[in-house]
Amino acid sequence: MQVNLKIWRQSGPDSPGAFHNYEVPNASPDMSFLELMDVLNEDLQTKGEEPIAFDHDCREGICGSCAMMINGRAHGPETGTTTCQLHMRKFADGAHITVEPWRAGAFPVIRDLCVDRSAFDRIIESGGYITAPTGTAPDANLILVPKEVADSAMDAAACIGCGACVAACPNSAAQLFTAAKLSHLNLLPQGQPERYKRTVSMVNEMERWFGSCTNHGECSAACPKEISLDFIAMMNRDYVKAQFKQRRFASQT
Amino acid sequence: MSQINLDSKIPSGPIEDKWTNHKFDVKLVNPSNRRKFSIVVVGSGLAGASAAASLGEMGYHVQMLTYHDSPRRAHSIAAQGGINGAKNYRNDGDSVHRLFYDTIKGGDYRSREANVHRLAEVSVNIIDQCVAQGVPFAREYGGLLDNRSFGGAQVSRTFYARGQTGQQLLLGAYQALSHQIHLGNVELFHRTEMLDLVTHEGRAVGVVARNLITGAVQSFSGHAVVLATGGYGNVFYLSTNAMNSNASATWRAHRKGALFANPCFTQIHPTCIPAGDEFQSKLTLMSESLRNDGRIWVPTEFGDERSAASIPESERDYYLERRYPAFGNLVPRDVASRASKREVDSGRGVGPLKNGVYLDFAASIDRLGEETVKERYGNLFQMYERITGEDPYKTPMRIYPAVHYTMGGLWVDYNLMSNVPGLYVLGEANFSDHGANRLGASALMQGLSDGYFVLPATIGDYLAPQLGNSALGTDEPVFVEAQSQVQERVKSLLAIKGSRSVDWFHRELGKIVWDNCGMARSKEGLEKALVEIPTLRQEFYNDVNIMGHEETINQSLEKAGRVADFLEFGELMCRDALDREESCGGHFRVEHQTEEGEALRDDDQFAHVSAYEYTGDTAQPVLHTEKLEFESVAFAQRSYK
Repeated sequence: MQVNLKIWRQSGPDSPGAFHNYEVPNASPDMSFLELMDVLNEDLQTKGEEPIAFDHDCREGICGSCAMMINGRAHGPETGTTTCQLHMRKFADGAHITVEPWRAGAFPVIRDLCVDRSAFDRIIESGGYITAPTGTAPDANLILVPKEVADSAMDAAACIGCGACVAACPNSAAQLFTAAKLSHLNLLPQGQPERYKRTVSMVNEMERWFGSCTNHGECSAACPKEISLDFIAMMNRDYVKAQFKQRRFASQT
Repeated sequence: MSQINLDSKIPSGPIEDKWTNHKFDVKLVNPSNRRKFSIVVVGSGLAGASAAASLGEMGYHVQMLTYHDSPRRAHSIAAQGGINGAKNYRNDGDSVHRLFYDTIKGGDYRSREANVHRLAEVSVNIIDQCVAQGVPFAREYGGLLDNRSFGGAQVSRTFYARGQTGQQLLLGAYQALSHQIHLGNVELFHRTEMLDLVTHEGRAVGVVARNLITGAVQSFSGHAVVLATGGYGNVFYLSTNAMNSNASATWRAHRKGALFANPCFTQIHPTCIPAGDEFQSKLTLMSESLRNDGRIWVPTEFGDERSAASIPESERDYYLERRYPAFGNLVPRDVASRASKREVDSGRGVGPLKNGVYLDFAASIDRLGEETVKERYGNLFQMYERITGEDPYKTPMRIYPAVHYTMGGLWVDYNLMSNVPGLYVLGEANFSDHGANRLGASALMQGLSDGYFVLPATIGDYLAPQLGNSALGTDEPVFVEAQSQVQERVKSLLAIKGSRSVDWFHRELGKIVWDNCGMARSKEGLEKALVEIPTLRQEFYNDVNIMGHEETINQSLEKAGRVADFLEFGELMCRDALDREESCGGHFRVEHQTEEGEALRDDDQFAHVSAYEYTGDTAQPVLHTEKLEFESVAFAQRSYK
C-alpha cells in the first residue's frame, strides 16, 4: 500500500518547526505505524536527509515512550491502542496522514516528534508513592485487599504515563494521569496513611505545570489503556476532603 | 597478561546459613557516614531503580543515569507473567529449598549454588516489600494473594498483576526512587547514556556519558559504580527486547577490564508471535503464563493446509504433552523452544509462512468459560489480536520461539562485584543466578533481589575502608582522557559517511548470529560466523552512514555506537559457544545431544563459568574459568518426563 505523510519537523527546542510531506510507496498492511516510520527513515537516510526523531522503545504498548498525534488524535484512530500497536491495516491505501508531536505547554518539543515529559516525573516525585523503605515490610498476606479493590487499583495502575491524556485535552490538563496514580495508591489499604497528604501534594504539583480540567473527557477517550474518568472524580473528592480532614484523627472514620 | 584471580568469595558454612553469616561478616558503613559516599547507578530497570532507591534510603548519595526520558520506561516494564516467591501460600510443598533446587536444575547446573540459594531466600522478602509499596498483585476473594504456575515448576509460586507484572513492579521501584529523588538523596540524569567506564589505579571511579538531547559528553564520579543495564539479546536484531536495549555499558566495562561470563548462554522464549515480513522491527512475546491454560499442538500431517478449526482432534499432535507427560505444556523454556523448532523444521509448522505452532485455548474456554480466560489473559489476547488481526478466542494463537533473555553477563562475585574493584553489576547484566537457562518469573525476582536486598548489604564491605577518601574530581586526568576518547569515537563514527544505514548492519549481524548461534549451534556454523562477523565489522567502519550531527538528538548516532559494540560482542558470544563443547540449557550444540534429541551436558569438562578477558584484540580473548561446585544438589540429567 501507499501512504502520504505530513510530518512535523523541528530541529531543536528553540527552532521554528514546519510540516514536511513524504510518501511511502511500499508500506505493508501488516506493519506497525512505527515500522512505517522506520521505512521512511531508512529511505530518508539513503537520500542523504536526516531521519525523523521519535521516541519509542518496547513496541509492545507498555513502556509509554511512543507519542504521536496522528490525524489530530493522540496515538491515532484506534481506541485503546498506542502508536506502536497501531497497524497500517487500519488505514486505506493512498491515505493522507498528518503526524505531530504532543502539543502541550508542559511538554516542550525537543526535536521533531520528541517532547519532554519530565513534568510527569515531578508529579510522581511530589507524592506518588507509599513510603515503605526496603526491609520494613510485614508478611505480604497480613495485608488483606478485597479482590474488587485490588482490581480497581490495577485498573488505575495500568497507566503507562505516555501523556496522550494531556495531548488530547483542549486545556492540556493532566488530571487523568494524576488521578490514575492517586487512585491506584489511595484505594489500597497500604496507601491510607499518606492518602490526603499525597493528594494535596500531587494535585498542587500538577497545577504548577498543567492546565485545568473542564470535564471534556477527551483524555479518557484518547487513553491507550482506557483509564476511566471516574478516577478523576475520586481524585477531586479526595482533594476536597483533604481540605477539611483533620489528619491527626484520620484513622477515625 | 594481568593476573586475574576469580575469587567468587562464597562464604563458608552450610548453604542455608551462608547469606545470614555473610551479612554479619561484611564491613558496614555507619548511617551518618553514608552521605559521604557517592554511588553512580546506571540503568533504571528493576535492578537499577530498586538499588538506587534502597541506597538512597540508607543515606548514600546516588547519581542515577538512564537513557530513557523517564526511569519508568526501562524494559523491565514489559515483563508480563509474574514473579516467583517461595511463600508456599498454596500449601503445595513449596519451600526456599525447592525454589533453589528448581532454579539450579532449570539452569542445567551451570549457575553458582550459593547465589541461587540466596535468591530463593530473598524471594519471600521481595513479595512482602512490593505489597507494602502498593503493587496491586492479583487477589483471591478473601483478600489474600493469588498465585499461578510457571514452566519448570510443579508448584504455584508465581505472583502476578494481570499480564503486567513487570510494569507494576517497576512502577513500585520507580515510585520509591522518585521519593528519594524528591528528598535529594538520588540525583536523576535522564536521556543520559553511559559510553565508557572510568578506572583509576584499577578501581572503578565513574563513567562518561552523553546527554542525548544536547550531545554534551559529561563525567560522573563516585566511590563505586553500579551497572544495571540489562542483557544483550538485541545482538540478534530481532528479539523481544526493547528497541533501545543494548550491551554497550557492559561491553565498555569489559573493554576496561571486567570479565564477560558465559556470553553464549542466551534464552529463546518459546511463546512469541512469529515474524511476519522483512519490515519487522522486533518480536512480541506472549507470556509464559499462557501455557497454564493453553495447549500447544501442530497437525500430525506434514504440510497440512487446513485451518485450525477444521483439523479434528485425532489429527492434532499435542507434542509437549506427549513427550513430557509430567510437565506437559509447562516444560522449561529451552525444552519447549527446541521442541517447537523440531516440529517446524520437520514441516509441520502452521501459518502463512509455516513458521509457528498453535497455542490453543479452546479447551480452557470450554472448561472455565470465556470470562475467566479473559480475566486471566485479556490484555495478552488483545495485544495478539492487534498485531496479527486474528481473534485468539476463536482461532488458536500462532507462536514461535524468539530471543528473549540473556543469562550470560559480566562476571561478579558473591557480593555482586566484578573483578574490577568498585564495579558492581546487577540484574540481567550479570551472569550469576540462572546458569544456562532461566526459569519463567525469575528475572523480576533476580532484578529486585540484587537491587533491594543484596547490593545494599554488600556494598558497605567495599566502601567502609574508603571512609575519608573523597570521590575523584571529574577534572582529574583519567576523566578528561576518557571524555576525549568518547568524543573522538562519536566524531569518527559521524565522519565515516558511507552508503549503508546502521540498521542494515544490525540486521546483517542479526542474521549471522541467529543462523549460527541461535537455537541450534554447530562447530561448522560458529566457525563461519567467526569469519563473517569481523568482516561485517570492518565493512561497518568503512561504509556506515550516519546523518546529522552530534549536538542534538541523533538516534542513528546512538544506535551506531550500540551496533558497533554488538559487532564486537557477537564475536565473543560465538567464540564462547564454540569453546563450550557440550549442550546445556539454552546452549544447544548439535554435536552433543542424546538419542532423543535432548541436551547432553559434559559435567567433567564444563561444570565451570567461562569468563573472558579483553586483550585489545577481539579475536584473542583470554579465557578464565571458575569451577562450579555443587554441594547441596547432585548433578542429574534434567528430566521433565
